[in-house]
Amino acid sequence: MIVLNTYEDLRKAYEELSPLLNKRREGHAGIPTPHKRELLVCGGTGCHSSESLELMQALQAAVDEQSIDAKVVQVGCFGFCAQGPIVQVMPDNVFYVQVKMTDIPDIIETHLKGGEPIERLLFVDPASGEVQHDHASMAFYEKQERISLRNCGLIDPESFEECLAAGGYLALAQALETTTPDQVVQVIKDSGLRGRGGGGFPTGLKWDLCRRSPGTEKYVICNADEGDPGAFMDRSILEGDPHSIVEAMIIAGYAIGANDGLIYIRAEYPLAVNRLRIAIREAEEAQLLGDNILGSGFNFHLRIVLGAGAFVCGEETALIRSCEGHRGEPTRKPPFPAQSGFRGKPTNVNNVETLVNIPIILTKGADWYSSIGTESSKGTKVFALAGTINNIGLVEVPMGTTLREIIYDIGGGIPNNKAFKAVQTGGPSGGVITEADLDTPIDYESLKKIGSMMGSGGMIVMDEDNDMVDIARFYLEFTTAESCGKCTPCRVGTTRIHEMLETLLAQEGDEMLLTKLHNLCLTVEDTALCALGQTAPNPVLSTMKYFPEEYLRYARREVKKSYWIDPEVCIGCTKCKRVCPVECITGSVKKAHVIDENACIACGACAAACPVQAIHKPK
Amino acid sequence: MPHIEFDMSILDPALLQELDEFIEVQEFPQESIIAILHKAQELFLWLPRELQLHIARKTDLPAARIHGIVSFYSFFLEEPNGKYTVSVCMGTACFVKGAQPILDEFRKQLGMGPKDKITKDGVFSLNDVRCIGACGLAPVVRVNEKIYGHFKVEQVKEVIQHYRELEEQAQ
Amino acid sequence: MDLKNLIRVTINDIPVLVPEGSTILDAAKRAEVYIPTLCHLKLDDFAIENKPSSCRVCMVEVEGRPRLCTACSETATDGMVVSTNSQRALRARRTNVELLLSNHPQLCLTCAKNMDCELQKLAHDIGCREITYSGKRSHHPDDETSYSVISHPDKCIMCRRCETMCNEVQTVGVLSALDRGFSTVVRTAFHLDMTETSCTKCGQCVAVCPTGALTETNCTHRVWRALQDPSKHVVVQVAPAVRVALGEMFGMAAGTISTGKICTALRKLGFDGIFDTDWAADLTIMEEASEIVHRLSTPGSTLPILTSCCPAWVYFVESQFPDMLDIPSTCKSPQIMFGTMAKTYYAEQKGLDPKDIVVVSIMPCLAKKSEARRPELMNDGMKDVDIVVTTREFGHMLIEIGLDLNQMTDSNFDSIMGESTGASIIFGTTGGVIEAALRTASEWITGEPLKSVELTSLRGFDGIREGTVTIGDRDLHVGIAHGLGNARRLLEGIRDGEFHYDAIEIMACPGGCIGGGGQPYHHGDMEILLKRQQAIYREDRGKMIRKSHENPMIKKIYDEYLGEPYGPKAHELLHTTYTPKPRI
Repeated sequence: MIVLNTYEDLRKAYEELSPLLNKRREGHAGIPTPHKRELLVCGGTGCHSSESLELMQALQAAVDEQSIDAKVVQVGCFGFCAQGPIVQVMPDNVFYVQVKMTDIPDIIETHLKGGEPIERLLFVDPASGEVQHDHASMAFYEKQERISLRNCGLIDPESFEECLAAGGYLALAQALETTTPDQVVQVIKDSGLRGRGGGGFPTGLKWDLCRRSPGTEKYVICNADEGDPGAFMDRSILEGDPHSIVEAMIIAGYAIGANDGLIYIRAEYPLAVNRLRIAIREAEEAQLLGDNILGSGFNFHLRIVLGAGAFVCGEETALIRSCEGHRGEPTRKPPFPAQSGFRGKPTNVNNVETLVNIPIILTKGADWYSSIGTESSKGTKVFALAGTINNIGLVEVPMGTTLREIIYDIGGGIPNNKAFKAVQTGGPSGGVITEADLDTPIDYESLKKIGSMMGSGGMIVMDEDNDMVDIARFYLEFTTAESCGKCTPCRVGTTRIHEMLETLLAQEGDEMLLTKLHNLCLTVEDTALCALGQTAPNPVLSTMKYFPEEYLRYARREVKKSYWIDPEVCIGCTKCKRVCPVECITGSVKKAHVIDENACIACGACAAACPVQAIHKPK
Repeated sequence: MPHIEFDMSILDPALLQELDEFIEVQEFPQESIIAILHKAQELFLWLPRELQLHIARKTDLPAARIHGIVSFYSFFLEEPNGKYTVSVCMGTACFVKGAQPILDEFRKQLGMGPKDKITKDGVFSLNDVRCIGACGLAPVVRVNEKIYGHFKVEQVKEVIQHYRELEEQAQ
Repeated sequence: MDLKNLIRVTINDIPVLVPEGSTILDAAKRAEVYIPTLCHLKLDDFAIENKPSSCRVCMVEVEGRPRLCTACSETATDGMVVSTNSQRALRARRTNVELLLSNHPQLCLTCAKNMDCELQKLAHDIGCREITYSGKRSHHPDDETSYSVISHPDKCIMCRRCETMCNEVQTVGVLSALDRGFSTVVRTAFHLDMTETSCTKCGQCVAVCPTGALTETNCTHRVWRALQDPSKHVVVQVAPAVRVALGEMFGMAAGTISTGKICTALRKLGFDGIFDTDWAADLTIMEEASEIVHRLSTPGSTLPILTSCCPAWVYFVESQFPDMLDIPSTCKSPQIMFGTMAKTYYAEQKGLDPKDIVVVSIMPCLAKKSEARRPELMNDGMKDVDIVVTTREFGHMLIEIGLDLNQMTDSNFDSIMGESTGASIIFGTTGGVIEAALRTASEWITGEPLKSVELTSLRGFDGIREGTVTIGDRDLHVGIAHGLGNARRLLEGIRDGEFHYDAIEIMACPGGCIGGGGQPYHHGDMEILLKRQQAIYREDRGKMIRKSHENPMIKKIYDEYLGEPYGPKAHELLHTTYTPKPRI
């Protein structure tokens, strides 16, 4: 068991343990590590569900059985989730994707024994068709700058030694030893770091407000209640680098003057909860949590509070209510949590991605951090790239990167030669961005200006086939289900918005309904009690703004509901006819088939079955 | 005058004791009520109202407040889930291909009343779901994560039999 | 006013100075600008406030703020410029009211709150002529199982006032918001019927409900039926707090005393005997003061002694403090004592079969309806009190037959259960029962007349008060609480040994019976409650006799019928028992 009583203990531990990661540090020629090779297997939730855990165990067994000088390490998320499970062989720097149990003998024989990389397990760039060995040269990683995700995919998140080897807690030591709390706050202010969970409030200012609030009993809370459908960067950070969050929490406590911290985390993230529990226990055993941390005289205690499935608890006042053992209903601001939060005491709430930046900002300095990004938004942002895009996964880019770079360079563009239509950022609180704005350098202000928002960083790409009215309905269905029910505009208003969208989609509305819908959206935005309600109409407002013709066509009841078959393309294979659940396709062999548009229920089964893409979605 | 009898004896005393011990070590049980409910659900798998009432009395909180919390958070179950959840897709495609008779047959074979959501032995839950997006396979039945396409009424018996056997093996 | 702490606020171009910490709503009141509100409720003197900022009706525009603000909860700042009637604010207000209406049954014509509903008034005030929005509506089952409170949750607008009253003020905790989103509903645990919970029937939820979601059970038709039945001898009793509040329903100023007019109106309704609960209150004092004297003079007796006239308080102690059932006085409440005497002594005097007597009570209270049904208070299956109507129901009966209270001449209660003292009238306000009891107990113990009848140390509106009354060479420590939350703190203090009292008075409703759940709706106007209390004390001062034991008709009934106060016959007829009840 490692116990770190002084700054000296910590630095010594770092020096001793640091070589542990040498194999994984590219281009490092330093002291050799005990094993010849290391096989890094992704241990994130995404890869776990594609059996990476079993894969890792089997790899380990095979390596042991054949007495190969290699170590199998479970690391955090690599981010390239659609290609999981991922196995990276170091120091060869070979990046295998979609590895299956059946690939293990080949990895042992060909690569570990024979020293040859296995070509068929390498990633093939969908754009160029090139096979890529080294992940650094992959388009997916090339434009990324991994600051928040610096340790994800590098260290074993369940190993305290590896955490220390990666420089864990050095920033804390530096803060406690050489700076006053005011100076820490100043560094964070100077760095320009802004909240990554939603509105982008300057973190240093938030800390300062809480620090200046009168009272000696204060709290820091880590908001790990990530709930946006499609955003999972917080989960990946917690799973891949839990100690950085523990360290950041202690630093935040020191800066603000709080001796107690809470991490409010979704119960739906069992792996992250477990790894955090391990990290907290290790930090406690090492006396990095508790009284007189590193001999500084500063005391800090940290505990986990489990959420229970309510999206609204991502809103900080609701989160605090939940921590206090209540229904997670938001309360009005002011008073802000910095004045009166948990137990009525000054409380600082930051989300995971914000916090993970804290240690590295202290180590590398505010100047370094503020040199990255745009004028108003500093540093990097992690996005969860999803939807109709080739490279689905987690990407971290400097603020100011354009959407085009993210979607086309990193994301590899739209599959199946479809045309890009829009990208939704900010999840259910955000809006859509169209082709015209793809060259906008992303930051908090620019996204807001074009009617969307940063939010937590979900990024859903849509192609020409996506129906924007239906997309809006999808998001409203989510917000109505997650509304806490407290205030009128959210409880009743979002329900009415959702109903109006359903009416439109059923082609039972008219143009008057569009006006009504638009007005209601504006009022809900203007009058809802919390951010969830205030931003709930965004998906509607922004799709109405950029795709008014789609709304009009529904209002005028001009949308064809049925699929249709292009007779020029149809080869008459009868496949569509056989899969149609309502038997509305007619035609004989080798003759063009026809869909009865009155009977078609637009399920899409025929289009999926068609081998020549002759069947088109209703538009 | 209260005349509803809450039969607290349905709660397993050994599990209750474990729960009570958990409650007793909480520094602020009322503040930690969500953690307590998590623990209770971990032990009992769901939160029957007798259990909620027990927790209310142990923590000196009103039962209505506990129920308010339980019903707010979607993680907490007010009804038990069976070990195997049979979901019959009731999307349009499945409906027109005869999903209703399949649902009815499951209900009959599992010995469930029209409003029951779970079998008496707690092995199966049965529900109808909105379109699960597998229209090409209509009608579709899902058991936990497994999807059965082109489902026929005659298959109901063998599917149930399959999971019954799994359950017996597990025991 | 301290000028230093004043801030300057402009409301619709009207500059006003308000104390620091005022809300925009406070400032608007100062500027005499009306801002409609709905969920907000504030009873200053009782420290009761419901401010969830959830209805979003009082939205106003504040210069420099990106979003609209809620006037009820936004603290005004120096130099703030507010517009309450900008197009944006008006649209927001109207939309939110229309949204509420779109999920409302709109059964106004047959609603118990018709013409007395805050939502209806709001719709009227904003000139709502159509409801732009429509869609699904909430459907929750009605609960009409309780003898006191009826719940029609579909009429609920989620202001959560009832929840605040039930949980924070009364600490009964029977009501909570359940579920979430559009399905959110304020209900009992597990959707139990109200009767299956430990609801105390205090009716404070009803008193504050802005709509018809929570109302009292309607018993007026039973009164009409009894009055029309020639085989029945129908007598009525009127509780003290009724006479200082009923006038409000007929446009009289709050605090108008209408005792004489009520007697005349009751006569016009056709009651066979018109009596005063105050008379029974004097009887209660005889028993309660005797019990106090007995407990004080008998070593080993349980002290403190608690008053027991308030039925909601009795339900509360039975379910929340079942271990402390030995401290309430065993005296029946005045309402029930009246019923008992009507069906025994009065029946004998009049030569009537008690089965033919119908006792009707007019009460400021909803718990009295349930109290009349308590099995302990039945004699051979016969209820002491048959029908209980509230002040409001009584007012509606008069309106129904076109009797305008203003037009009534004054008359008196009938003898012999109509004569009362000042001591009994003050039962209607917090502190009154114990003051009345001690006026009598003191004279009995010392054998000397009181120097001052008014024990002002026991008066006031503070939630928990204590006073010392010197009786002879003994200082009697008295604790008083009104509002069940205050009662809880007092009882817990006693249980923990923190407080030591000889006698305690508890009233379930804030203010006592004047603020009862059956009184005309105050709609959050604290001034009304203050005026009712002043009227009670005014009525006391106007009485010739101000001590219960000096009531000649009370003396007469002991002489002729009951024997000794606290004696065997009195015990049989005028005392009761309490049973522990489960807490749900």
